[in-house]
Amino acid sequence: MNWSDALIQLQYDLGAPQELSWLVEGVTYFIGAFILANAALILALLLIWITRKVISRIQDRIGPNRVGPYGLFQTVADALKLLSKEDITPASADKISYLLAPVLSVVGVLMALAVIPFGPALIGADLNVAVLYLVALGSLGIMAALMAGWGSNNKYALLAGFRVVAQLLSYEIPMVLAMLAPVLLVGSMSMQRISEAQALYLGPINLGIGWLIFLLPGAFLIYLIAALAEAEQTPFDLLEAESELIAGFHIEYSGMKFAMFFLAQFLNSFFLGAIAVVLFLGGWQGPFAAQIPLLGPIYFLAKTFLVYVVIQWIKGTFPRVRIDQMMQFAWKVLVPLALALITAQMIIMKLPLPIWLNYLLLLAANLAVVVAVLNILGSYFEREQVRSKRAFAPRSLIGTMQPVQSSSGD
Amino acid sequence: MVPLTWYLILAAFVFSCGLFAALGRRNAIAVLMGIELMLNAANINLIAFWRYGAAPAQNLDGQIFALFVIAVAAAEVAVGLALVISVYRNRRTVNLDDLDLLKG
Amino acid sequence: MPELPFPLPTVQQVIFSMVAALTVFGALVVVLAPNLFHSALGLVAAFFGVASVYIIAEAEFIGVSQVLIYVGAISTLITFAIMLTRGMMFGATSPRNRQWGTAAIITSLTFLVLVAIVSSVPWPAVGEPISQGHEIIAGLGRAFVNEYVIPFLLLAMLLLVALAGAIVLARDYK
Repeated sequence: MNWSDALIQLQYDLGAPQELSWLVEGVTYFIGAFILANAALILALLLIWITRKVISRIQDRIGPNRVGPYGLFQTVADALKLLSKEDITPASADKISYLLAPVLSVVGVLMALAVIPFGPALIGADLNVAVLYLVALGSLGIMAALMAGWGSNNKYALLAGFRVVAQLLSYEIPMVLAMLAPVLLVGSMSMQRISEAQALYLGPINLGIGWLIFLLPGAFLIYLIAALAEAEQTPFDLLEAESELIAGFHIEYSGMKFAMFFLAQFLNSFFLGAIAVVLFLGGWQGPFAAQIPLLGPIYFLAKTFLVYVVIQWIKGTFPRVRIDQMMQFAWKVLVPLALALITAQMIIMKLPLPIWLNYLLLLAANLAVVVAVLNILGSYFEREQVRSKRAFAPRSLIGTMQPVQSSSGD
Repeated sequence: MVPLTWYLILAAFVFSCGLFAALGRRNAIAVLMGIELMLNAANINLIAFWRYGAAPAQNLDGQIFALFVIAVAAAEVAVGLALVISVYRNRRTVNLDDLDLLKG
Repeated sequence: MPELPFPLPTVQQVIFSMVAALTVFGALVVVLAPNLFHSALGLVAAFFGVASVYIIAEAEFIGVSQVLIYVGAISTLITFAIMLTRGMMFGATSPRNRQWGTAAIITSLTFLVLVAIVSSVPWPAVGEPISQGHEIIAGLGRAFVNEYVIPFLLLAMLLLVALAGAIVLARDYK
C-alpha cells in the first residue's frame, strides 16, 4: 500500500467526511511535502558535517569536534551565526531578481524530492516523466544563477553567473544522455519502475542486486562526472574557487540569503547522488528488501550517503580544473562518448540475438567507454603534471628570484 | 474538469500580448519574446484541442505538433538572437527603429 | 448548506485559474516592463504558467519539455542576449516604438474578436478520460519513428543547421 493511500485511509478512519475527499487528499499531500522539505533541511546540516569531517580526514585534520558529540551541532552554530549577520541588499541591486534568486535555487533543488523513491511504497509522486522532470529542474538552478548574477549589479557576479550557466548547460547534455541509458533499457521514465526493474530473480526469490551499474558502467561514469559538474563540486567548482576568484555569482549575498545558496548546493549534490542510486545502483533494491519493507529506505539512504561520501572524497583529492579544460572535456570527450554509447545501446538492444548476448555486447560497449574516459583523463593528468613540473623546476626560477646579473657590456 | 473555453481564452490573451510585444516594442529582443509568447499560445490551443478531441489516448497529433512547435521555436530563437547580436556588434543598437540602412 | 447562485469551482478549476493568472501576469510583464531583464523574467513566469496548463491538461511530457526547453534553453539564451547587448538597456529611449498606439488598438481588437468567436461556439466542457499516462509517452515515441519520421528527421536537420548558422552569425571575426 502506498503511503498516501494509508494516510488517506487513516483520515477517513478518524472521521473525515467522504464528500470532502479533495480536502483529505490535499492535507495528505501537504503533510508529505512538509515532512520531506523539513527532513531535507535537517539533512543539509548532516551533509555539511559529513563534508567537513571527510575533508578533514583527507587533509589529516580532526575537523569540527567542539559543539555536540563529534561536532555534530557545529553546523547549527554556523547557521545561527549566519542568521544573526546583517542582511545586506546592495543599493543598486535589481531588487526583484536579487531577492528571488536564493529562493528559486532552493526551490529548484527541493522539488527533486517529489519523485525520488525511498522505498517500494514511499514516493511523493510516481510521475511518468520523472527523469525528464529532474532534468527540467536543473533549469531552475540556471535561472537562479543568472538572476543572482544580474540582480547583484556587480560585474564579477555577472561574469560568474555567465560561467555557471555555461558550465551547467554544457554538462547537462552528457548527463541527460547518460540518464537515457537506464531509461532505454527499462523502457520507462518513472523512477519507481526503474527501481523495480533492478531486481534479480533467482527462481521466485528477489535478490535485489540486478543493479544497472553492472550492465552500464560507462553510462554511470559519464553520469558521475557530469553530476559533479552539475553539483558544482570540485574538480568543477569554478564558480567558487576561493583561492583564485571572488565568491562567484553569490558574492553580494550575506547572512541567510548566502546560506540558502550554500544549502542548495549541498542538497543538490546529495540529490544528484540519489538519482545515481535510483538509476544505476538499484534504488531501494537490495538483499531481502522485498521481504522486509523497512530495509528499502535503509538501503536507499545508505547507498546515497555512500555516493555522497565518494563525491566528497573526490572533492578532497582532486585539483580544480581550468575553465577551458572543463569545457573541452564536456564537448570533446563526454558528449561524443555519451552519444556513441547511446547509439551503440540502441543498436545492440535491437539485434536479433539471445538476450544474454545482447547484455554482454552492451557491457562490452560500456567498458570500452570506461576505458576511453579513463585513458583521456590519464593523459590529461600526465600532461598537466609535466607542465606544472616544468613551471616549478628550479631553472625556471632563474631570473625571477635571483638578482639580475649585470652584463659587463653596458 | 476545466472547460475548453478557459484554455482558449487564456491562449487568446497570451497571443494578444505576444502580438502587442511584436508590434509595439522597440527592442529586437522584446519582439523575439513576443513571438515566443505567440508560439506558446498556439501550443496551448494544440494541447487543449488534443485533450478535448476524440480519443486523446490514441490520437496524439496535438501533442506531436506541440513538440514540433517547441523545437522549431528553439531553432528560431537561436538564429534570431544570433542575428540580434551580430547587428548589435555592427551598429551598436538593437532598436528596430534605428535599423533603417535599407531605406531609400 | 445554502444554495450558491453559481456552481462551486472544482479544485482543478481553482488551480487552473491560479496558473492562468501567473501566465497572464508574466505575459503582461513581458509587454509592459521598461526593463528588458524584467521582461525576460516575466517570460519565464509565463512559460512556467503555460507548462502548468499542459500538466493540468494531462500532457505531462509536453509540460516538462516546455520547462526544459523554454525555461532552460530559450530563456537563458534570451537573457544572455539581453546582457550582451546591455548597452541598449539603460538608454533614455522609451521601450515602445512610434506605432505603439495603433498596435494597442489592433491587439485589443484581436483579443476581443478571438474571445467573441471562442465564447460563441459550444465547446465540450469535458474531455475523454485518460487512464494510462504511461502509454501516451510510448505512443509519442512510436509516432516519431513511424508516421512522423520524416518531419522528425527534418526537424533534427533544422536544429543542426540553426545551431551552425547561429554560431556563424554570432561569431566575432577578428
